[in-house]
Amino acid sequence: MSEGTVKKIMVVNRKAPYGTIYALESLEVVLIAAAFDQEVSLVFMDEGVYQLKKGHQTKGIEVKNFQPTYRALDDYDVNKLYVEKEALEARGLSEEDMCVPVEVLSAAEIGKLMEQQDVLLSF
Amino acid sequence: MDFGILVSEGPYTHQASDSAYQFCKAALAAGHQIHRVFFYHDGVNNSTRLTEPPQDDRHIVNRWSKLAADHKVDLVVCVAAALRRGIKDENLAAGFRISGLGQLIESSIQADRLVTFGD
Repeated sequence: MSEGTVKKIMVVNRKAPYGTIYALESLEVVLIAAAFDQEVSLVFMDEGVYQLKKGHQTKGIEVKNFQPTYRALDDYDVNKLYVEKEALEARGLSEEDMCVPVEVLSAAEIGKLMEQQDVLLSF
Repeated sequence: MDFGILVSEGPYTHQASDSAYQFCKAALAAGHQIHRVFFYHDGVNNSTRLTEPPQDDRHIVNRWSKLAADHKVDLVVCVAAALRRGIKDENLAAGFRISGLGQLIESSIQADRLVTFGD
């Protein structure tokens, strides 16, 4: 690996936050990628949009609520968060429901962004 | 071409580990390099030497170990994901090592292509 190589790494989140561990472990990848000074962006599509839905309450299922971590991403200079417009609409959600600032894009626009990436990690 | 591989599902339940293995074998036979296979999520379960499948089935864990020995492929198991699931140095199969997620990021920076096998 040559010194100072910066790649565009896009982490794609497609799953609901608590039914499986993918969302939590995806966040761990994002934090490490940011520590490597890479150009990291996140996409939330399909059920993944629920990861950012405000007001997670996990006490009843006895699982750790990791939503605060999304609010910490900005501290790691991770601030490119894209949310799929169609996925929000299909679930009756809007940008106001998101717990952090995001850019809402159509699936086609997200597709174009994906084409510009060096690495896509899909969880 | 230099490939990095990510395996994110466990053995036998899911085809991901089988497909990743077949991909690695085919890529190496075609003269490509596989510098690292990174095991994440339930993928870490591919690394325990306690695995004992029935005699008439493929041994997924030993197959990875042999690939590592024959082609010097670096098999890396994510430490955080491994500890969550009871995978430690004491039950790690030959050819595997436990390390951090940084190894996945490094692999994706270094490789010409990072190929994911998962859901």
